[in-house]
Amino acid sequence: MQIKPILAALRRHRLATLLIAMEIALACAVLCNACFLVARRWTMIQINSGVDESSLAVLTVNGFDPNQAADVNARMLTGLRSIPGVQSATLISEVPFGPQTGAAGVTHEPGDFKNLIGVVDFVLAGPGTFKALGLKLVEGRLPQPDDYRPATSFLPDDAQVLVTRQWAEHAWPGENPLGKDFWCDKMHFRVMGVVDHYARAQPSQYDLQQGEWTVFTPVVPGGSLAGTYLLRARPQDVQRVLQAARAAVPKIAPDVVLDQDNSKTLGDLRMNYFKTDRIMIGLLLGVVVLMLGVTALGIVGLTSFWVAQRRKQIGIRRAIGATRGDILRYFQTENFLIVTFGIALGMLLAFVLNAVLMKFYELPHLPLYYLPVGALVLWGLGQLAVLGPALRAAAVPPVVATRSV
Amino acid sequence: MFGYYFDLALRSLARNKVLTALMVLAIALGIGASMTTLTVLHVLSGDPLPGRSGTLYYPQIDPQDSRGYLPGKSKPMDQVTWIDGMNLLQAKRADRQALMTGGDVAVQPGNSTLDPFYEDARYTTADFFTMFGVPFQYGHAWGAAEDEAHERVAVISSRLNDKLFGGGDSTGKALRLDGTDFRIVGVTGDWSPNPNFYDLNRKSYDENEGVFVPLSTSQDVGMVHDGSVDCWGNGGGGNTPDHNAPCVWLQFWVQLDSPAKAAAYKTFLVHYSEQQKALGRFQRPPNVELRNVMQWLDYNQVVPDDVRLQTWLALGFLLVCLVNTVGLMLAKFLRRASELGVRRALGASKKALFAQLLVESGVVGLVGGMGGLLLAFIGLWLVRRQPASYAALAHLDPAMLFTTFLLALGASLLAGLLPAWRACQVAPALQLKSN
Repeated sequence: MQIKPILAALRRHRLATLLIAMEIALACAVLCNACFLVARRWTMIQINSGVDESSLAVLTVNGFDPNQAADVNARMLTGLRSIPGVQSATLISEVPFGPQTGAAGVTHEPGDFKNLIGVVDFVLAGPGTFKALGLKLVEGRLPQPDDYRPATSFLPDDAQVLVTRQWAEHAWPGENPLGKDFWCDKMHFRVMGVVDHYARAQPSQYDLQQGEWTVFTPVVPGGSLAGTYLLRARPQDVQRVLQAARAAVPKIAPDVVLDQDNSKTLGDLRMNYFKTDRIMIGLLLGVVVLMLGVTALGIVGLTSFWVAQRRKQIGIRRAIGATRGDILRYFQTENFLIVTFGIALGMLLAFVLNAVLMKFYELPHLPLYYLPVGALVLWGLGQLAVLGPALRAAAVPPVVATRSV
Repeated sequence: MFGYYFDLALRSLARNKVLTALMVLAIALGIGASMTTLTVLHVLSGDPLPGRSGTLYYPQIDPQDSRGYLPGKSKPMDQVTWIDGMNLLQAKRADRQALMTGGDVAVQPGNSTLDPFYEDARYTTADFFTMFGVPFQYGHAWGAAEDEAHERVAVISSRLNDKLFGGGDSTGKALRLDGTDFRIVGVTGDWSPNPNFYDLNRKSYDENEGVFVPLSTSQDVGMVHDGSVDCWGNGGGGNTPDHNAPCVWLQFWVQLDSPAKAAAYKTFLVHYSEQQKALGRFQRPPNVELRNVMQWLDYNQVVPDDVRLQTWLALGFLLVCLVNTVGLMLAKFLRRASELGVRRALGASKKALFAQLLVESGVVGLVGGMGGLLLAFIGLWLVRRQPASYAALAHLDPAMLFTTFLLALGASLLAGLLPAWRACQVAPALQLKSN
């Protein structure tokens, strides 16, 4: 296939060529960036919460006097445990995809505000909660009865805690996290164990690599650990058990108010939490598909026009010996050249667009592998779009050459 | 002449239906997508209190200790402490001023058919209602005297009034909040500024408080604060900070009727900061801001990131559609080179041909605009089904309707310019010869 005659022909249609190339370039830039955004959100939606979501539900009550916390806890736990189907009812301060209750910056040294390691979620948990959550311990030990410390304000002054692997690798890269110390202002914590995965309450609000910066803190019930209860039941019973528990609250403790919005199964909480992300993914993909469609239609339109315009030349080429395949390949090669030019331009545009997005949104650089993938998609699209008009061109009979009009 | 060109355009468009349909479709898709997102953006970045927002200001001061202070870079705090709020309120330097914060109260209905429930509340001083122009369905707001006397009075929203009293006049009736009896003095009318500009920590659209009680009373009763608390130094935690704690958790709004008064008020804030520094309460040099409502919303970037992203995406899509339309029009106009050649040979000027072709692209734009409008209606209907708090507000208003057509017409004319110019360059003789 000779490229020179094609280039010569394209030079006579500079404007139209440029337009197709521009369209491809814009499509390439938007395609790469939109897919990048989709991929990031998809990764977030897939976050491993580390807990047995299908077996868990959370029930929140408030409106009681803080001095009554221990009493309310005792009544609620007894009442909830007596509901048929409940495997366990325990105390927890926050669950993944529920409201965040305790995030704080922590440091390697006490009271050192300048060198934060990061902001972690402190999950306060009563006895039995670790087992109920179904967290997987990978190193260290489980909390023993005397590890549970009282927390009067927000956190215990001194406690042994479990951290996630993600946090341990961030705070002590390459080191064994067991026995390591860290501080939140003047409160001291020592790592006694590492869990595989445990998502924080609102992972979307943090970077993708910070969604599991969670510190599991064993705390004696009462004080700041009151009002939020974790229910565990068999997956098929959870919904029913939660309904029964919600209905039972006025009988168990008439003096508290049930928090309707925050008493849900963990499955529902997760579903709700990522609802907007799912819609956004759908929207981005929809726009990408529409845009590719419009681009393809544009190529079809312009190539059809070219074929009609060159009917006579095609006839002459056929008359002097070109095969149908030659004509077909001519248009295919022509499209390939234009699309390649467009992609080259589009890669530049993609990086400009990425730079702009990075400025306004907290996004990292566009990974390089998006570009060859985007190029392949656009080459494929171009070839698919040009096929129809090119086949029509190949079908032009040689006799056209002999006709004057 | 226009009528003739219009007729020509219709004939020409009808001749090649596929190409015409493609152009109309491209314009319609681009317009539909961008109008949907622009409408959402328009709704979200709209003025919450048209006519009033220009005279309402949000003073910011910086009472933090000197730790971490960077001259020129550190921003003043987004809320005020109890002490500063009270000082500024009592200084009465503005035309009107109100100190407020958000909360949650347990409503214990008198009739037993309703279970107790939680309702968003606003604890505020009396000027709130006059300053923000809150309309009243029944009764009236409380006054400064009730604030002073810590009276147990409440204003409720019409929504809560419907729920509790079936929409009847409930003024004078008792309302039990957090175990304390309050007397209802007023029921607000239809009032829901979007966004909820006066307390952005509760960042919600289309959702206003159901209960309003005097700030002084709320503190007596020990009502729970709900919103942002920002402490420094050895400020204790907790959601309802102590009045002396170094924590900001209240919003202070002022009404200043002229720019001169605003400038004077800013000077007052600087003097106040200096005075507090001299007293040893403040450690930083005066660091103040005085923003009006729209500036305040802008500063806080109220419009959700997703919505901005969607708008940019849609505009990018419109651009692709436009380039596509330019290509298709070019094909269409050049195909008619011989026809245009004949017209040129018969004496039509280049200008006349240009006008004719632009009318044709305008027609495509109008039809595309109608298609786009239809798509925008479908798009907005889809937006309203989203779970986001602003979703219910997404409606096309007359201004946006007009913008749609303007955008469609402008876009298609823009798309027609280049192809029309190119098509006018035909040499009449050459075209006549080849036939």
